[in-house]
Amino acid sequence: MFREFSNTRALSLFILRRDRVRLVVWILSISIFVIAIAAILPDLYTTFEERQVMAEAMENPAVTVMLGPGYGLDNYTDGAMMAHFMLVFSAIGMGIMNIMLVVRYTREDEEEGRTEMIRSLPTGSLSYLTASFSLLCLVNVLTSLLVGLGLSSLAYESMDLIGSLLYGAAMGAIGIFFAALTSLFAQLTSNARATIGYSFSFLIAAYIVRGIGDVGYELLSLISPLGLVLRTQVYVNNYCWPVFIILASSVLIFALSLYLNSIRDLGAGFIQTRPGRARASRLLLSPLGLAFRLQKNSIIAWTLGMLILGVSYGSILGDLEGFINSSELIRQMIPEIAGKGMTESFITMLMTILSILGTIPVLLFILRLKGEEKKGRTEQILAAAVSRKSLLASFAAIGLMAIPLIQLMSVLGLWSSAAFVMEDPLSFSTIIKLGLVHLPAMLFMAALAVVLIGFLPGLTGLVWLYLGYSFFVVYMGEMLKLPNWLEKLSPFGHIPQLPLEGADIARLSIMAGLAIALIVAGFIGYRQRDIQG
Amino acid sequence: MAVISVRDLTKKFGKFTALNKVNLELEKGDIYGFIGPNGAGKTTTIRILLGILKASGGKATVFGQDVWKDAVSIHKNLAYVPGDVKLWPNLTGGELIDLFIKLRGSNNKTRRDELIERFQLDPTKKCRTYSKGNRQKVALIAAFASDADLYILDEPTSGLDPLMEQIFQELILEARDQGKTILLSSHILHEVEKLCNKVSIIREGQIIEAGDLKKLRHLTRTRMEVETKRQLEGFDRVKGVHDLYIKDKTVYFQVDSEEINNVIKFISPFEILRLESAPPTLEDLFMRHYRGEAGDL
Repeated sequence: MFREFSNTRALSLFILRRDRVRLVVWILSISIFVIAIAAILPDLYTTFEERQVMAEAMENPAVTVMLGPGYGLDNYTDGAMMAHFMLVFSAIGMGIMNIMLVVRYTREDEEEGRTEMIRSLPTGSLSYLTASFSLLCLVNVLTSLLVGLGLSSLAYESMDLIGSLLYGAAMGAIGIFFAALTSLFAQLTSNARATIGYSFSFLIAAYIVRGIGDVGYELLSLISPLGLVLRTQVYVNNYCWPVFIILASSVLIFALSLYLNSIRDLGAGFIQTRPGRARASRLLLSPLGLAFRLQKNSIIAWTLGMLILGVSYGSILGDLEGFINSSELIRQMIPEIAGKGMTESFITMLMTILSILGTIPVLLFILRLKGEEKKGRTEQILAAAVSRKSLLASFAAIGLMAIPLIQLMSVLGLWSSAAFVMEDPLSFSTIIKLGLVHLPAMLFMAALAVVLIGFLPGLTGLVWLYLGYSFFVVYMGEMLKLPNWLEKLSPFGHIPQLPLEGADIARLSIMAGLAIALIVAGFIGYRQRDIQG
Repeated sequence: MAVISVRDLTKKFGKFTALNKVNLELEKGDIYGFIGPNGAGKTTTIRILLGILKASGGKATVFGQDVWKDAVSIHKNLAYVPGDVKLWPNLTGGELIDLFIKLRGSNNKTRRDELIERFQLDPTKKCRTYSKGNRQKVALIAAFASDADLYILDEPTSGLDPLMEQIFQELILEARDQGKTILLSSHILHEVEKLCNKVSIIREGQIIEAGDLKKLRHLTRTRMEVETKRQLEGFDRVKGVHDLYIKDKTVYFQVDSEEINNVIKFISPFEILRLESAPPTLEDLFMRHYRGEAGDL
């Protein structure tokens, strides 16, 4: 039995040595982000009254879908507010970190033939998987402790040591859960891309299931790890049982992946790959055909995904309507936009968030070309009679054509479910106009991706950072009372609040014009530079 | 007109000079061996010829056209096989062969099927399941099924088994008979020796030897093994004799080509019983240059 695990410790140390910088960067960026938010939040809502106003707003079902159910709202302390705002996102961050790292140490190493080298050494057949999982457990525990101690060191009255440690532990437990889950998907599928796909789909599904559960069927929230983790009610009730359930299920999942690992061949998976075509279909035989074919599954998945996301966001609008009508406080606070106006301004924000999320696939499709270059496959296409212009145009075209498609899906989803749940539904034309005004901002982000490919292919990560920033300022800007100019730094901060203000055509045209100029520049740059890899 | 003409080609990556005034000249019908140790600049040269890297200095043309500006039009008559063939894991070998052929602008179905048959490739398998040798077959089939005038092959046989290597050599000779031009970068010297009529040796970004393979041999040494009736005396002082080894009345040595006559004159009085000579192999040539400065120490 033990020989299956021989040299596990040495392998853990090896992974640690190999990725020491990457691991430290992950741990620090997640912990510092959480602690920094916790540090500024109490300064924004200093008085009891201000916090109670927030508490009232937190009962908004739309907020519940995004952040989870509020608790301790009678006495909404800094701690309760902080945990309510941040715990679900902290957990998602941990999920992303663990998925990326586990894929790296499992399927990716296997695909690149590195696992074979390891297995040819006197190591057990389960050693490498166990080594990566145990190292990640350590990483998660360290992050937990860092967050826990960091939060309590802020010395806010309502953020005590026990609560802070529980906050950290909840994050760590989710991290370990996703490490185990990704290990499992790494056994089931036979390549790294599929493992990433399944793991992220699970993460997104867990978030959506929790959102639906939190406004309706609580049972759904209890089967989602992201729903469970919010049941800790950190800083108010400090329940520990959800952490234990998550950890116990992680152990079971990891045991299952060990078992599957022990019965499969190296390089094989359980989800079989079928033999493919002996000849290419006519559709494949052009750079555009190749760009499409390589991303077909991803295009279909994102199109459906955005429709589902639109539907789930739209489904809360009915509750929102009722909530606005019943809440005296909200009416007093913002009488001018109470009633229908409130719903509409809320829809603008929903649409902006959907647009930002919808920009993710657009960027993925365009930046795929950079991935191809990095993997050394661009060379062979360019060695054929294909110009750089047509190669870049093919990948850019897929991304640019995805913009209206993706946006249409969000709009359709939002409109259809809103029509179903609202007593006084919004007209389709209102929502489609809302969708349209976001197109220039999405185009702008796509243009940035093109220009980076043209001039700075090594720094395409910047566009992700910028999109993340946009999401953050739009999503949290109001709640964190961030100054307005921070929002204006993002193209999504320039979108007119359509039902309330008119569409500022001039401004939108400038944004679109800038985007087109950037795209042209990107093409010029791509024709000038060396192709790497 | 030269098919490939490279004049004083220089490429710098930051401060590092990868190529320093490289010259190459390929006439129509040449099978040109391009040899040199790892990292010498073979692949960099090829990538510049393909218009994938931009030269820092010098001039390179293919079919008389500029390799950077006219890449697309050049590539219509050019087929390339990279040393490390990278393929898309989720496409099949058959699909990629078709794609590459189509992107080059030719379309020859019977030739494609014939080559798949000859190389014994299963075209229905996804590329992620192919071994290095099989990935190389995909690139070779796509290249030789295209109707190209120039083939640029960067270590094309490094993953093939001897049987497949044989088929590769047949393809090269067939292409030669059709008057095609081939630039073959290789480490497998017996292959270059067998196939090529010209070679260039590159080291540290510079061409250190170039020309007709036969002429190059004349510049070098000949291996000799001579048995004499009487013991040779004072042979180690003869000019042009290297690597001397004497066993009883047999001597083994290498001799500079221009000194052969004098050496034979020196040996004759000792009454030659047996004399064997072998032309220098490319390997001898190569090793001398490889060791380069290290050997001169």
